[in-house]
Amino acid sequence: MSELASESDKHRSELASESDRHRRELLVIKGVRLYGEGDPVDMLVADGVIADVGTGLEGPEAVDAHGLVALPGFVDLHTHLREPGREDTETIETGSVAAALGGYTAVFAMANTDPVADNAVVVEHVWRRGREVGLVDVHPVGAVTAGLAGQRLAELGTMARSEAAVRIFSDDGHCVADPLLMRRALEYTRGLGAVVAQHAEEPRLTAGAQAHEGERAARLGLAGWPAAAEEAIVARDCLLAKQVDARLHVCHVSTAGTVDVLRWAKARGTKVSAEVTPHHLALTDERLTGYDPVNKVNPPLRTASDVQVLREALAEGVVDCVATDHAPHAEQDKNCEWSAARPGMLGLQTALSVVVDTMVRPGMLDWRGVARVMSERPAQIAGLVDQGRPLAIGEPATLVLVDPRDSWVVRGADLASIAGNTPFEGMRLPGVVRMTLLRGRVTARRSTTGGGGT
Amino acid sequence: MRHLLSTAGMSPAAAETLLDTAETLKKTLLGREVRKLPTLRGRTVVTLFHENSTRTRVSFEVAGKWMSADVINVSASGSSASKGESLRDTATTLSAAGADLVVVRHPASGAAHRLAGWLSSTNTAVVNAGDGTHEHPTQALLDAATLRERLGTIAGRRIAIVGDVLHSRVARSNAYLLSALGADVVLVAPPTLTPVGAATWAEPGAGGTVTVSHDLDAELPTVDAVMMLRVQAERVIGDVANFFPSVREYSAAYGLDGRRLGLLPEHAVVLHPGPMLRGMEIASTVADSPRAAINDQVRNGVHVRMAVLYHLLAGKDEGA
Repeated sequence: MSELASESDKHRSELASESDRHRRELLVIKGVRLYGEGDPVDMLVADGVIADVGTGLEGPEAVDAHGLVALPGFVDLHTHLREPGREDTETIETGSVAAALGGYTAVFAMANTDPVADNAVVVEHVWRRGREVGLVDVHPVGAVTAGLAGQRLAELGTMARSEAAVRIFSDDGHCVADPLLMRRALEYTRGLGAVVAQHAEEPRLTAGAQAHEGERAARLGLAGWPAAAEEAIVARDCLLAKQVDARLHVCHVSTAGTVDVLRWAKARGTKVSAEVTPHHLALTDERLTGYDPVNKVNPPLRTASDVQVLREALAEGVVDCVATDHAPHAEQDKNCEWSAARPGMLGLQTALSVVVDTMVRPGMLDWRGVARVMSERPAQIAGLVDQGRPLAIGEPATLVLVDPRDSWVVRGADLASIAGNTPFEGMRLPGVVRMTLLRGRVTARRSTTGGGGT
Repeated sequence: MRHLLSTAGMSPAAAETLLDTAETLKKTLLGREVRKLPTLRGRTVVTLFHENSTRTRVSFEVAGKWMSADVINVSASGSSASKGESLRDTATTLSAAGADLVVVRHPASGAAHRLAGWLSSTNTAVVNAGDGTHEHPTQALLDAATLRERLGTIAGRRIAIVGDVLHSRVARSNAYLLSALGADVVLVAPPTLTPVGAATWAEPGAGGTVTVSHDLDAELPTVDAVMMLRVQAERVIGDVANFFPSVREYSAAYGLDGRRLGLLPEHAVVLHPGPMLRGMEIASTVADSPRAAINDQVRNGVHVRMAVLYHLLAGKDEGA
């Protein structure tokens, strides 16, 4: 660990202790099953930590958690909070509310804001605003290149050493396509104890691309986004990361071929991690018939066989974690013709339910596995020391209570985000987040939906 | 029929009804000094063109006027679209202003589908006059009308569609329609201009087939008709696109010249949706030969569009 990293750890623990001063609560969670395992237990939360776990515990405030599953709070490595610049679609405040309601206790806000988060001023603004709102730890992602232009490195060290202590750098939305620039970014961030998160999209292969290159797009007359455009960059970056002994994180893996590349790279010792979005676990390009741009996203929705391989890769750990790529867009940027629409979907409030639907219900992942892919692995990848912790005495009370038997109907208008562009509109999804706690403070609470189990 | 958005999914019966109506209208008007039917008097048809067009726009306008509809032409450059108005607002404005039917051409694939969605709560019908690289259903219908006229039948015929299939809405609409009507369609293009899965384009249960070939000379002796697609040179040739090395090489491999005309059976027909690039995909001698039905296509275009307007507007009151 570098000196910088330890400084940042100190910085983070300062944050924890400071917020705890304001947010102390004493409550007992009654009858919860930790990781959905074993017998129901009571959990005493005091001074921001799990003070006791046992039976018959009492406290001034009791939460009836019978039938609920406790998991460590979720960590989203990939969120677009749109502030600064597009506060008409999302703000750090509304995005934090959505995150807390989705069970998240930490989110990483992507750098493609306006102005771009490519300097200390912007990343510190995002960091401070997140702390003011206080519902979720908002960690700014710094841009890899100045202005996301892919030409020269942004001041990565300055952002890393800023109050925001940036540890993930990404040009997300754009690929760092220049191989030399990518090599330099990987090498340079290694010295900062940080990781480059690559939006893998070979730009020449995807010029004008509108949809997954396949039979569906060909029939619809939509220019194809070939799987090889993702796979080629992932392969190249894995080779570069290995070459310079740096860490690489691959954003929103969407193809079966990328899974093959990751498996190969990991087997030869490459320090690579990868995320998959809930929508790539759930939806296919069959959704494009009808041209509703709510289904437009980058990388695009792919085929059913890609979806199946992604689910298996997540279960197996070849793909490390789930990240939402939560991307709010204004109504006018979605309710238009397909090619004019912006790519992206809301994800923070639906992520858990989609994971339950696609991974837990089919038996591919147990609750331990959900904790791994939604909390522990992303926290490790980002170097967060106080997130993704075990549910044990003395650990931060940063956790989520999930009702596995209940279900809910998604309504974009009812979600906390300002924008309403959810592809799950009208769908009944299993798994309801009942309560989220960040260092002992309740950040979201949801009573029974009345939807009943399905 | 509420809208005409695509030929994909159109039943052979529905297509034949439109073709029969077009034929009836053609016979009705034949030899008349005043080519005007009162059928659509009081109806308002708006043509909304977000791309340049001569033949399609004029064809719809003539079709509307011959049926006594009030036809209003709107082009993107002269409308609020040039001030940044969205297609959705333009559509709802036209509908609110009394348009019974909007004929739309737009560079975005799916634009006509979106328009129909936005107008679903109104009585305004939508006709797709070409959406991006997706479909151009009235072109396919007029091609089918021309083939029926020249060949007598479509079922069992073998029809080659040649050129830039990848970017062609004409190719898609024709492949769906002609295979549904029982023809065997062969798409002839270099692999770079062949869409993924084009060989699956025949609808399940279609009477005909859709196949793919890269060798024009091999196909010509067995076809009853050959449909040449316009090469959009700016799109497919040059150092940006590189779908094809050069105009010369394209013409040599996929152009229809006098020699290739000689490979066709005696009865075979040559079609081109226009505008033609003489010397590129089709030689002048071929375009002007009696085998070419290019002007017939344009003539039939008016009757087919009359039939479409008739079934969408006049037929509506009868619940057709």
